[in-house]
Amino acid sequence: MSVASSNNNVADPAMIDFYLNGKRRQCADIPPDCSMLELLRGPLGHTGTKEGCASGDCGACTVAIGEPTADGSLNYHTVNACITPAHQAQGAHLVTVEGLSRGDALHPAQAAMVECHASQCGFCTPGIVMSLFVLHETQRTRPAPFTQQRLESALGGNLCRCTGYRPIRDAALQMADQPDTHPTWADDPSLPGAVASLCRDVMGRTEGASPGHYTIPRSLEALRELKRERPEARLVAGATDLWLETTQQLKPLDDLIDVSRVEELNRVEAHPEGWWVGAAVTYSRLAPLLDAEFPAFGRLLHRFASMQIRNRGTLGGNVANASPIGDCPPVLLALDARLLLDGPDGERDMPIDAFFLDYKQTALKANEFIRGIFLPRSEARQLKVWKLSKRREDDISAVLAAFAWRLEDGVMRDVRLAFGGMAAIPLRVPAAEAALEGQKPDEAAFAEAKRALRRELSPMSDVRGSAEYRLVAASNLLERLRLSLDMIPTDNGMEVMLDAYAH
Amino acid sequence: MRTLTKLPGSPNAEADVASESAHARKAQVGRNKGDGPLARDVTHDQGQGNASHSRQHESAIKHVTGRAAYIDDMPAPADALHVALGWSPVAHGRLTRLELERVKASPGVVDVITFVDIPGHTDVGPIFPGDPLFVDDAISYLGQCLFAVAADSHKAARFAVTQAGIEIDERPASLDPVAAAEREEFVRPTHVQESGDWQQVLEGAPHVLAGEQFVGGQEHFYLEGQACLVAPTEDEGVIVYTSNQHPSETQKLVAEVLDIPFHAVTVETRRMGGGFGGKETQASPWACIAAIIARRTGRTTRIRLPRAEDMRATGKRHPFHNRYRLGFDDQGVLLGGDITVIGDCGYSPDLSEAIVDRAMFHADNAYSLGQVRVTGQRARTHTASNTAFRGFGGPQGMMVIEAAMDDIARQVGEDPLTVRKRNLYRAGRDITHYGQRVEQLTLLHDIVSQLEESSDYWARRQAIRQYNAKSPIIKKGLALTPVKFGISFTAKHLNQAGALLHVYTDGSVMINHGGTEMGQGLHTKVCQVVARELGLDMDQVRISATRTDKVPNTSPTAASSGADLNGMAAKDAASQLRERLLDFAATHFNAEQGGLDREGLRLENGTLIAGDGPDAKRIPWGELVQAAYLGRISLSAKGFYSTPLIHYDRETAKGRPFYYYAHGASVSEVSVDTLSGEYQVTRVDILHDVGDSLNPAIDIGQVEGGFIQGMGWLTTEELKWNEAGRLVSDGPATYKIPAFGDLPEVFNVALMQGHPNSQASIYRSKAVGEPPFMLAISVWSALRDALSSLTDYHKSPALDTPATPERVLLAAESLRQAAVHGTDADDSE
Repeated sequence: MSVASSNNNVADPAMIDFYLNGKRRQCADIPPDCSMLELLRGPLGHTGTKEGCASGDCGACTVAIGEPTADGSLNYHTVNACITPAHQAQGAHLVTVEGLSRGDALHPAQAAMVECHASQCGFCTPGIVMSLFVLHETQRTRPAPFTQQRLESALGGNLCRCTGYRPIRDAALQMADQPDTHPTWADDPSLPGAVASLCRDVMGRTEGASPGHYTIPRSLEALRELKRERPEARLVAGATDLWLETTQQLKPLDDLIDVSRVEELNRVEAHPEGWWVGAAVTYSRLAPLLDAEFPAFGRLLHRFASMQIRNRGTLGGNVANASPIGDCPPVLLALDARLLLDGPDGERDMPIDAFFLDYKQTALKANEFIRGIFLPRSEARQLKVWKLSKRREDDISAVLAAFAWRLEDGVMRDVRLAFGGMAAIPLRVPAAEAALEGQKPDEAAFAEAKRALRRELSPMSDVRGSAEYRLVAASNLLERLRLSLDMIPTDNGMEVMLDAYAH
Repeated sequence: MRTLTKLPGSPNAEADVASESAHARKAQVGRNKGDGPLARDVTHDQGQGNASHSRQHESAIKHVTGRAAYIDDMPAPADALHVALGWSPVAHGRLTRLELERVKASPGVVDVITFVDIPGHTDVGPIFPGDPLFVDDAISYLGQCLFAVAADSHKAARFAVTQAGIEIDERPASLDPVAAAEREEFVRPTHVQESGDWQQVLEGAPHVLAGEQFVGGQEHFYLEGQACLVAPTEDEGVIVYTSNQHPSETQKLVAEVLDIPFHAVTVETRRMGGGFGGKETQASPWACIAAIIARRTGRTTRIRLPRAEDMRATGKRHPFHNRYRLGFDDQGVLLGGDITVIGDCGYSPDLSEAIVDRAMFHADNAYSLGQVRVTGQRARTHTASNTAFRGFGGPQGMMVIEAAMDDIARQVGEDPLTVRKRNLYRAGRDITHYGQRVEQLTLLHDIVSQLEESSDYWARRQAIRQYNAKSPIIKKGLALTPVKFGISFTAKHLNQAGALLHVYTDGSVMINHGGTEMGQGLHTKVCQVVARELGLDMDQVRISATRTDKVPNTSPTAASSGADLNGMAAKDAASQLRERLLDFAATHFNAEQGGLDREGLRLENGTLIAGDGPDAKRIPWGELVQAAYLGRISLSAKGFYSTPLIHYDRETAKGRPFYYYAHGASVSEVSVDTLSGEYQVTRVDILHDVGDSLNPAIDIGQVEGGFIQGMGWLTTEELKWNEAGRLVSDGPATYKIPAFGDLPEVFNVALMQGHPNSQASIYRSKAVGEPPFMLAISVWSALRDALSSLTDYHKSPALDTPATPERVLLAAESLRQAAVHGTDADDSE
């Protein structure tokens, strides 16, 4: 690997060309499987960013990526550098903990951390400072109250083992009271333009790694062509799961096609019957649509991984990954979503029910990719999404239940009961659905549905929960559904679930 | 004169604007703009000069700017080697063949070592033998080290490890500590503490209750994993940079493994990215392995364990199986009985002797047990060797008596707080089962009653009962639990510390001591002590790293003792130096008039002051120091401290193992969804005793952080092994420590005021590292309280820990089933 710092604009396709803390950097000969963290700590010698887990779960490696916006500024978001491909720095402005202070004057995020005694051992601190930096930036451009939910969202992906978080919360709350110190690069009015220009420029290059391939197509046509040429190449978007193969299992990732910048895969299109969501749309970009149109799905996102992951992970990735404990597939099953698959042999449309075949086996052919996910619109449909996990934030489901139905003349219609964590694939439970279809939501109907559930499902015991727990819990979630329906007419004011977990 | 530097801050110097604004900023510490204090407002200036200030952590600015260097951040020569380790894939068996040719041939590999390549000692057991550096023949746990590979990159080394051919004659793994104890498979002999005729008490007691519990272990999850960097020196030795709570022990083990004298090994620890006990003994093996490779290759050698390997290879907090059988009167007051604690020690002794002892010493928590037998067993299982972790067995021991308090309360139909208060140590019932008198009895009672008041316990109790009566699914719970934690190493010889203090001729001060910094603020506190003794601002006192060549033969930074021991040693050094300087000043200054009055000399605010009032003579510190240097007075001092009074006789199981006790209490409120097992800790109130605080901000940080860590232990942090003995919760994806949202919405934390330590500890402060951890037991007790409401508080639910949503749900289901079938869900009778 070699590193250069320069201002020339000659494009080298095999070079990662980006800005780091306001300075242009060009790194050549970076292998495809190199993470942003390895790039920073290794060739770039920036050891302020720490490795805590190399799996995107602790946030110690949090850095900020600034991407050019339409209005000519830079929009910053946090990522876990340990599982972000180094090649995704291409054409972006990467900000690390070393880049925040102005000489000895601390950035408000840093000054607040010091004043609130919010660092003890200090190892998680750089990551927390970066999450606070992005929170501060967001607040500067789009001010909104620091609600508990907003703070959890901003900081839920940063584990601290020492402080217990109270002083970190205080630091977040008092950043605004700090002197408005900003790094010198933030004074450079030409930086956003320079990043935007570099971004346009590097987007003209496709190949960016040696040895091996890290290819970044920009169009659907280019992606199809690449899948024709290299059907075995792995697709990467957010890398939030794929990258664990290299950091945890030491598997080679030397032939990659990065779909994150394929224009057609980044669209969210509204149609009268619903919405087409491009497979490379990140959760953070999808959130406004879900909040507006599918609030139960939107709320799930608050408990879906962490901000750092939601900023990179995609709905397409969650579907293609086909994990039995992925959070979104059951919701998509309950919504009766459709998939658009594409590849050199053409496109095809498929109901999501038909996609999951067996444990991590899908209907996707070797040379295909998911182009988009269709979320059907329905005014009458009701949706509940309930996730059970050991920890409320940033945990993987033990059980995820997604229930959709509509009430017609007091009876339930189009009942769809989908579960994650209950089998080798995310699945619906037709027998239980049948028990409720056309029935009033009363105890008898739900008792039958629960019996059907226990008959049909035989979950396994694993690190996240025992089979018994999963069965009892899944059945109890049906009971919760009944109670929540029951509460509407005879509301005695008593909650049947904890608001912080479920609505 | 060029020999001495020009001193700043002479009397006519300009006012320093920068330092004034720095002071103004410090005045803001702990305060937020707006309507008053947030979770906690720190108390400033309790009239103790520098030592009581809420000074920021000495590395705070370095932490937030990324300039604080941890082991893996340290630069190394370009040819430095990276080590990866080969681990046993099975939990129990014999290693029959280890084929490493392909490993050696793997790209980038420079050296591969196994058992046979160890020059000296092959066993790195810290106190008792039993921890082979590499497996020779017998394999005792999955994740035990078989070999090490050094390569020119970390990735190359890790890849090479996968190329090994390993053949093992696998045997069934013993993973159940209770079964192991029944088979008498112990790592150390059983120890028993007895006071009075407990059998007769059990026979004659009006009520007898028995119970059993499993208390889960805990992964340290220090954010910085095990790491070291070892460079060969020009003689036969090495210098070891390590993330380590016990540099002296690592020095000893590295020397023994290399078969060289101790003075050839220097160990340095600047800071750890968290320790919590996990780097007390378990940081040494990696240093030993790196040292062997560094000596063999002549190259600097680096080891850092990837998270999953760290979690599989290193020991954890001991899981415990506890049993009690206790007699009590109609009021729920304990008369006596029998308690057994079985620690799951893993495959070797490590520190388990002392850890299970500490569980036994704390099986009373804050309550007089009456006439009792406490038995501690140390079960051997085929897992990593469990080790020190904040509380050191104390928390697991306390859990048994806190379970009993809840159970007894349900039995006699009283509120658990009432029963707890009746059982607190009091006059006439103030001797522990190991014979130590509990002093400061009022303090314990004051803490509980103040907290009862400030947390509004009884009004909330009533409100919760009313809420639960109406709410079918969501049940609230409330509990107050106290903590009484013994302070001192129970291994007497460890209660000693040294310090080395240098004053340089510009007046700047360097202090070194034997304690290590893992985030707890020890270095900050020690600098405060020195600054106070010398009348200086803290900026003039610096601490470098902990090094075995500065202060030798040190104890681990453990047992909450860091500030108690090292603060005293530093105070000793600083006061020696102060007295020496004052002696010198008395004769040197004003010599023509017969010198200064020695009695009236003092150091304050960076000035030597002689006499009082307007006639007082003032000599700046720097001038004093330079004069002393020219006067050929030594500007260096070494300090030493050993804790007085303590003793414990294992033969009679009696003594005074603890110099003093630290106390505290907490009230937790929870809301439980009894359909899903999900719950939230909605409010926590804590009142904790640190004597006269050395640094309230740091102490509050320890209390809050300890509480949340303890809450994680009892709630979400679940260690799971599969049947083959493989740890399956081996990373943060599956092992869930508390996250930001687990911070209780209301978190009122206060330090008990007005109760200085009754013992002559450093400025009458108290140790604070471990005691607050056990405050979290109130969360667990509150969960049981909420569940108990399902039976209208008649039954005390069994609730093993961690009380995950799964365990809470299954406990709720079991109570509901029992209600339906009219059977007794509570097996504690």
